[in-house]
Formats: sequence, structure tokens, C-alpha cells
Amino acid sequence: MSRTIIPFGPQHPVLPEPVHLDLVVEDEKVVEARPSIGFVHRGLEKLVERKDYQEFVYVAERVCGICSFIHGQTYCQAIEAIMQIKVPERALYLRTIWGELSRIHSHLLWLGLTADAVGFESLFMHAWRIREKVLNIIEATTGGRVIFGSCKIGGVRRDISAEQQQQMRKVLSEIEVDLQEVTKVFLKDSSIQARLCGVGVLSSADAHDLGCVGPMARASGLSTDMRRLGYAAFKDLHIEPVVKTEGDSYARCAVRCLELFQSIDLIRQALDKLPEGELAAKVTGNPNGEVMARTEQPRGEVVYGIKANGSKNLQRFRVRTPTFANLPAMVKLLQGCDLADVPVVVLTIDPCISCTER
Amino acid sequence: MAFFEMTRLALKWAVTRPATSRYPFEPRRPMPGSRGRLLFTRDSCVYCTVCAKKCPTGALSVVRSQKKWGIDRLLCITCGYCVEACPKKSLSLETEHGTPTVTKDRETW
Repeated sequence: MSRTIIPFGPQHPVLPEPVHLDLVVEDEKVVEARPSIGFVHRGLEKLVERKDYQEFVYVAERVCGICSFIHGQTYCQAIEAIMQIKVPERALYLRTIWGELSRIHSHLLWLGLTADAVGFESLFMHAWRIREKVLNIIEATTGGRVIFGSCKIGGVRRDISAEQQQQMRKVLSEIEVDLQEVTKVFLKDSSIQARLCGVGVLSSADAHDLGCVGPMARASGLSTDMRRLGYAAFKDLHIEPVVKTEGDSYARCAVRCLELFQSIDLIRQALDKLPEGELAAKVTGNPNGEVMARTEQPRGEVVYGIKANGSKNLQRFRVRTPTFANLPAMVKLLQGCDLADVPVVVLTIDPCISCTER
Repeated sequence: MAFFEMTRLALKWAVTRPATSRYPFEPRRPMPGSRGRLLFTRDSCVYCTVCAKKCPTGALSVVRSQKKWGIDRLLCITCGYCVEACPKKSLSLETEHGTPTVTKDRETW
């Protein structure tokens, strides 16, 4: 059988972000996939030499356009660990609430894109209709729709008033009802199942060996969730990772659907326990030392490595984003799949290429 | 397996008001706490240059000797760091984004 190489991306209808794949196909089967990235590299890691460590929160937030808040939060956690700043409890809870809101909006975005990729336009519209309500809560509480700008070193910039909390609870109840309707379609509809079930099966052992993170690992039966490390307010909240064992695209979809309800539950828990007090601790001096910070993003574990030498600019800044960890698994999944299933397999790892390339 | 899960949702929304608004006939109103256009109040400014030093994108410029305050709207990311830093509270953020910037000129006061 002769082999053909089909280029996939960097611009492709199902992918909003630029990743290029050379698909080596035999007949209609993919035998090898060679990924190449680097189309949207911005050199953010080099920028630490020009921006001081406090300004850099804004740069860290802009690593990704979807999970922006958690990037900012992880950076702040790293600097706070180096400088041994005690962050007020209320700030930790507010960070948790905003982090979970960003998880809901990221997962809804992904569900919409998946519906669109399998050709289910109306479901895509419904997923994004619900997402808009989440974005409205975010805008009302932080002032921005996707770039929150509310996290700073030592705490947070804004408070969530009692009135806003009441409003947030009301909207979350509405969203929960809407989500039940929409996720039912994702989990039960025959056309979705026909497109996702049994496509791109990743075994638990492979997921472990290839270093998968986040929903990708959880859908293959690995119970990993960085929120159980107890950063921010997660130490006080009850959290049980959503785990599926099938490892196919449908399981990855189901994990994300169920995580939406988990996040709503976590926000409610955090609102119930929200303590009174200060919003930010005073920050003086410059960081000196080396630290790693890990948090759970919508797409999985993100690792920040920071090295500082006592000056106002950091010496070294390194981000390992979840998509980067999931790319080897994607390449593995593509081997042996049908050419028509490639968009679904690529999409189910929830690729965020701008994150990956920083 | 179910074939009519979506039908229920589709029928419900066939008789419900649209979730979208009729933009541009109905303009979108920002939330009360939105971060919009940066507003400068000349009367209270002492030209201390703190805002220009803090600005992460270098959008602001202040010349103390000439009492000039300037902003490059295309560089401003409306983060609000200058508003926080201003000792005289001369800066504030509007909720509206304002009109689009069409020239590369620096606005100066």
C-alpha cells in the first residue's frame, strides 16, 4: 500500500488554534502523525528580563486566553512561596471561586467546539449560550470577560460583595438546570455517541506512560487532580476527581460534562465558607530563590518553575502547560485511527496551542 | 441511545425568546464593574510619574517639567494598575470601552 502525507492545519476548520500535523496515511488509515508547533510563539518566558515581577502577573495571565486566571494565580502562588507571603484566607477563597468559574467557561467552550466538530451546530450554540451567562458573572465580579486581571501577588484586587454572591448563586442555579439539559444531549444522543464512542482509545497504562494530565488522564482511569494538593481554598473543600475508565473520546467528553457540575458544587462550597477579612497582604522587597508551583487548569496540571536572584526581574521563568503534556498521547492516538476521526481525536485533548507555545 | 434528546431542547427554544440581543439596534451595556476606557482628571494630577512607571505596557507618558500627561490608547490594556497606583486618584476606569481609536497619535493633556 502506498503512503500519502496529508497536511492537517495550521489552519483547519475544526481547530481554532495553529498546530500542524503531517498525517502519513495508508488508504484511509493514519499510520503516523508528525506534529509541529511554533506558529504562535511569543517569547513570554524571555520577557521576565524586561518586566518586573509584579508587572509580570499581567503577562502570565496572557499566556492563555481561556484559562487566563489560573495562569495568573499559579504565577502569584509561586512568587508568594518564594517570598513567604501569607495570603489572606478571603483572597484564597475568591481565587478558588474565579478559578472554578474559568473552568466552567473553558469546558463549555470545549463542549461547543466538539459539538461543532461533529457537525452538531445547534448544540454548539446551546453550549455557548450557557457560557455567556458564566462570562457575565465573571465580568460583573472582576471587570473583564476572559482576562480577569483580579489576581495580584499577595492576594486579589477585587471583592465579591454579598449582593453579587446572591446573584451568583441565582445564576449558578439557572446554569445548572441549563447544563442538565445540554449535557444530557452530549451523553445520551445517538449521533454524538456514534461519533465519539470507541474513537481514540487511550489505555490507562499508556496515559500513565505518556504523562497525560487533566481530563485526558482522568478519562483513562487515572485519578489525578492537582486540586487535591490543597492549594488556595481547596484544602477546605471536598473534592472527588471525576474518573472514567473507557479512555475513548466519549469518556473524555463525559469527564468534562461531569466536571461542570463538580465546579458548580465547589463554587457553592466556597461561597458558603467564604471568610471575612483582608483582600491582600502587603508585598515588600524582591523575590530570591527557586520554586515550582502546580495547579489544576481546565486542561490539566500546569507547572511553573521560577528562579529569582533578589532583583526586581526574575532570572528564569518556565511554564509547562497541560496541552504540552497531552501532545505525545495525541500523537499516539492518531496512529491507526481513520482520517475522518482525526479532527475528533485532536479536539478531545482540548488543545490550547497558544498556551503550549507561550 | 436516544434519538430525540435534542428535539426536546429544540422545541423548548423554538417557543422561547432568543438568548441573543439585536445588536447593533440594542447596544450592549457593560456591567457596573467593567474595566473600560481610562479616564484622566487633569485638575488633581501632580505629574508624579508613578502611573507611567507602573504601566505594564508603557502606554502612559508623563513629563513633569511641562505638566503633560499622555496615553497611547492602542497600547493601553485597561488593566487598572495605574488607577491603583495613582496617589491623587486622578485616574479612573470607565465601564464603557468608548469609541474606537483610529489614529496612532498619543492623546496628551
